Amino acid sequence: MSVLPVLDLVLIVLVIGLAAWTIVARDIFAAVLAYVAYGLLLAFVWIRLHAPDVALTEAAVGGGVTGVLLITAGKRLGALKASEAGAPPGLVLKLVAGALALLVAGAVAFAVVSLPTSAPTLAPEIAAAAPGPGAGLGNPITAVLMAYRSFDTMLEKVVLILAVLGVWSVGADQAWGAAPAPLRKPPPDGAMVFLAQILAPAGALIGIHIFWVGADAPGGAFQGGALLAAMWMIAMMARLTEPPRVASRRLRHALISGPAVFLVIGLAGAFIADAFFAFPPALAKPLILLIETFMVLSIALALPLLVAGPPNGSDEP
Amino acid sequence: MSLLVDLFSLASIGAGVFFFVAGTVGLLRFPDSLTRLHVLSKADNLGLGLIVLGLMPRADSLLEALKLLVTWALVLLSGAATSQLIGRALRRGRK
Repeated sequence: MSVLPVLDLVLIVLVIGLAAWTIVARDIFAAVLAYVAYGLLLAFVWIRLHAPDVALTEAAVGGGVTGVLLITAGKRLGALKASEAGAPPGLVLKLVAGALALLVAGAVAFAVVSLPTSAPTLAPEIAAAAPGPGAGLGNPITAVLMAYRSFDTMLEKVVLILAVLGVWSVGADQAWGAAPAPLRKPPPDGAMVFLAQILAPAGALIGIHIFWVGADAPGGAFQGGALLAAMWMIAMMARLTEPPRVASRRLRHALISGPAVFLVIGLAGAFIADAFFAFPPALAKPLILLIETFMVLSIALALPLLVAGPPNGSDEP
Repeated sequence: MSLLVDLFSLASIGAGVFFFVAGTVGLLRFPDSLTRLHVLSKADNLGLGLIVLGLMPRADSLLEALKLLVTWALVLLSGAATSQLIGRALRRGRK
């Protein structure tokens, strides 16, 4: 008997255990740490399911970016709690919230269980089309995201930008246009500065590499962009650079460049190719790379801006 | 030749696994955060280094072997830096 099924079983038990701990833990910090570990283990689950693209995204977003986001949010909540401790929710409110949560979880569970056993997939079709007149990409995942499901992929980035707008809009009126607060209080530790100085250039290079090989191997715009975002966050935590001013035109243009370029090329597809969001076969690969380059830029900006929070206008985090 | 490579990999990965197990036991059994930090960094640095050393001769290409080495170097860097950060935070907390 092979040892792999046993390891898979251990992995499943660990993932479910950590998921339960994330819900049960009373302390926000402990729950977030469990959630980060859960994300990293989930990446292993995706690898065992032979989905390295998803595993990369899960490790970068579930294990990395979301962790930073939640820890920062937890810290700010803790600071709020001290100043405005309201009355704890009553029993009825707790019961209603619990019932609603159960309803959502039940609906999701029902949807997952009632999926057809062999899920509809475009993968074989794309794998067959890749060498020929298809999207010209060796990695079927990237081909699906960029050529077969391009509208969804574009809207995904629009959602990210809407989230950034949502975060910005909770800032105080008089702070509008200013920069978000620095990610850490001064002065940063020498070790943090050293880590940022060495890791950020190396990580940026790896991020660009992951984006570039995404055409033919596991990787792609989101994974590469998330890694670049993490490197920018590290540089901001070490105070090597500060969050940009929200009013900056260049920042705003760069932020929307991904979906904007995607939309322009998609609209042009109606004239130069045969349909909205279609690529002319000869130009498919260069066009996709162009779109993805701007998508990487948008993602690498949007994620750290979510972590940096609303415009603050002071130096206090 | 291939037997020699197999033996080398087995010995190296085995030694790496030993350090990870020792690190885990230390994490569970050691009395305070600083000693736990100490034992964990040994597991990460030495254990992963030995596993990478054992995997390198089995890589498909020189580039893949180098990628393994770079992975270890990155873990060394982040491990050393975060240990420093946690250690300093602990010392600040004690004062």
